[in-house]
Amino acid sequence: MAQHKAQKQQAQKTVCDLKIGESGEIIGLKDPEMALKLLEMGCLPGTSVKLNSKAPLGDPITIIVNDYTLSLRLDEAETILLKEN
Amino acid sequence: MAVTTQAQELQAEKVTPTLQVAKVALIGNPNSGKTSLFNQLTGLNQKVGNFPGVTVDKKTGICQLSPKQKAQIIDLPGTYSLYPKSLDERIVINLLYDVSSSHQPDLVIVTADASNLKRNLLLFTQLADLQIPAVLALNMVDVAQQEGIKVDVQVLQEQLGVPVVPVNARTGIGMAALKIIMTQQLQASGETFYAIPDALKTVINPIQERFELRNEYMALHYAHQYKSLKFLSEADVAWVDKLLEQEGFHSNTQQASETIARYTRINELLLDVVRVEKADKAEKFSNRLDQVLTHKVFGYLIFFAILFLVFQAVFTWASYPMDMIDEGIASLNSLIQENFNGPLVNLLTEGVIAGLGGVLIFIPQIAVLFAFIAVLEETGYMARVTFMMDKIMRKFGLNGKSVVPLISGVACAVPAIMSARTIENWKDRMITIFVTPLMSCSARIPVYTVLIALVVPEKYYFGFLNLQGIVLMGLYVLGFLAAIFSALLLKVLLKARERSYFIMEFPVYKMPRWKNVGLTIFEKAKTFVLEAGKVIVAVSIVLWVLASYGPGDSFERAEERALEQAQGMNLSEVQTDNLIASLQLEESYAGIIGHVIEPAIRPLGYDWKIGIALLTSFAAREVFVGTISTIYSIGEEENVSTIKNKLMSEKDASGDPFFTPARAFSLMVFYMLAMQCISTLAIVRRETKSWTWPLAQLVYMTGLAYVMAFITYQIFS
Repeated sequence: MAQHKAQKQQAQKTVCDLKIGESGEIIGLKDPEMALKLLEMGCLPGTSVKLNSKAPLGDPITIIVNDYTLSLRLDEAETILLKEN
Repeated sequence: MAVTTQAQELQAEKVTPTLQVAKVALIGNPNSGKTSLFNQLTGLNQKVGNFPGVTVDKKTGICQLSPKQKAQIIDLPGTYSLYPKSLDERIVINLLYDVSSSHQPDLVIVTADASNLKRNLLLFTQLADLQIPAVLALNMVDVAQQEGIKVDVQVLQEQLGVPVVPVNARTGIGMAALKIIMTQQLQASGETFYAIPDALKTVINPIQERFELRNEYMALHYAHQYKSLKFLSEADVAWVDKLLEQEGFHSNTQQASETIARYTRINELLLDVVRVEKADKAEKFSNRLDQVLTHKVFGYLIFFAILFLVFQAVFTWASYPMDMIDEGIASLNSLIQENFNGPLVNLLTEGVIAGLGGVLIFIPQIAVLFAFIAVLEETGYMARVTFMMDKIMRKFGLNGKSVVPLISGVACAVPAIMSARTIENWKDRMITIFVTPLMSCSARIPVYTVLIALVVPEKYYFGFLNLQGIVLMGLYVLGFLAAIFSALLLKVLLKARERSYFIMEFPVYKMPRWKNVGLTIFEKAKTFVLEAGKVIVAVSIVLWVLASYGPGDSFERAEERALEQAQGMNLSEVQTDNLIASLQLEESYAGIIGHVIEPAIRPLGYDWKIGIALLTSFAAREVFVGTISTIYSIGEEENVSTIKNKLMSEKDASGDPFFTPARAFSLMVFYMLAMQCISTLAIVRRETKSWTWPLAQLVYMTGLAYVMAFITYQIFS
């Protein structure tokens, strides 16, 4: 489990790795098909994104991007890649 | 900021006004106030129809522009871009791209949320590049101002090259200006917002030529979406297919780079248009409210409290107007029967008017249910419900958005299935439609009530828990379980056609607009009466004929037999009449069918009398009580306790009470699961555009009902 977590840390940082209230900068979108929808909703590379809240069961989540709130599932959020600080 | 309300200031070129009725399409992002604007412009002059070829409702309305001029307004489904991701959104492109269609709008009004201008303008720039004459209706300027966002309308207008009208779709501000603009013949914006890469010309030019399209951007859209365009022939599709393969056209890559290019352009043009004054915004009111309403504990508690309130309202508030409709139909019938005579009068009263009554009786429940749903949707709470339920629902092959149809199904499956349209994903939507009729609808209540009263004693636990109430609730829970486990089964069986998304805007909380709520109620009730009403009345008439006529002179003989028996038993006149009706029903075609199917239903504990009730319930299950009353010669105007006493005294062949708990529970389970509603089948056919789904539902639900009723009967007897 710990190893798995470490591996995840090694992998690209995504919106799923944010804590509530934490922000990050989008650098890319992993899934080409999902990307089309996310781009239309304003999740462009270079945009800042903030994890706003999680549903009671942890999934879906809401993020704030371009000053509005967007809800999406974790497996969708996982395709939004963030810049490592 | 300066609010432009005078059309004279607007920059578009004006040509002489046309006299014919202009077609104006309303288009915009979801939650941008499009529906409110539509309601403001058209009021009650709305019509719900079908788009040609697709079965999604098309809302049109007439707007009086000036004393002499009218415009036809078409309300298109909300969409974020012209690259549709759902069935609803696909309507938009099918309407706009079909050059030969008579529905081609002369003008589009694009609604945009001023507080979220960047994302709203994406759709606008796509439309502008199609060179369709457009107006931007800038909505929610007040909300934007509260958030410290200032929009310079004048500069925006110059940048976009089309008139920009600030409106308030809630209060109606700006409608006059919008109407004046609609009377002008507007030109499309001269601006282009996206330069199509030269590399794509080898794809675009042949398409533009073949389909005689007015511009290159339209041709690009044909290249991206030829498979979704209903009006293209198979040969056309095959031709585009071949061309794209030959040229190595990558739809996804092209779309992505187009969207990025558009946003870059929008960001540039907004630099001069939008000024954000409060950089450091206080935490939004909506977010604070969400901390309570989507809280781990309170979130669900509040949701269930609201659900409870809705249930209460649907069952108690609606019961008063329902009783009035019921009594009204009954007194109208007896008035006609007292004054006229003959078989046609019976057809009118017992066939047509009774069938009509069966339709009208549901209006109060539909109205109350949709009042709640409309308020919950208007306020933005429904988005939170889907947010909270999505993870659970997904496990069963459903979607957070399936919650609304499933809850609505408790009132009536017909509007519930219509409300499944908001589900973008094909598979999720089909599963939702398929299982919704398993939720116990209000038409099952009379059946449950009579049968529970028959076999469940009226006992109280702890002074307030009524045993009958617990059994009733148990039936609802079982119906719900049947629905979600059937969904699970379908999840395994069905192959997905497209991906399931949950990416959607989380709307801010708002006060409901009562006008919208009222119009929703009106529209849903109207659709129900017109769509389901036709079928119910038709089938009621057929069933009336089956129950009112028998072969040869069997009816006269039945009457004679009844009179003999009545004399022997010294019955009163009313009792004699009831006996005649009962014996005649046995001799009717319906009675004959009842006898024929008896062997098939005997394992469930039913006899031919219940067989008749099952047959007449095929159209609408609530007919059960009426039929049972006639078969057991109870008479029509008796109440539940009379029916109960009569049924209790019914004996089987060996002299024991016929309605044992085993039989009654078996019947309850059967009515809980069986597909006995012609209206639902009709609406499923309409929503899925195929007979496969309604037929599959009929076979699956009735089969399930048969098996479960059999098991129930065997367990209890």
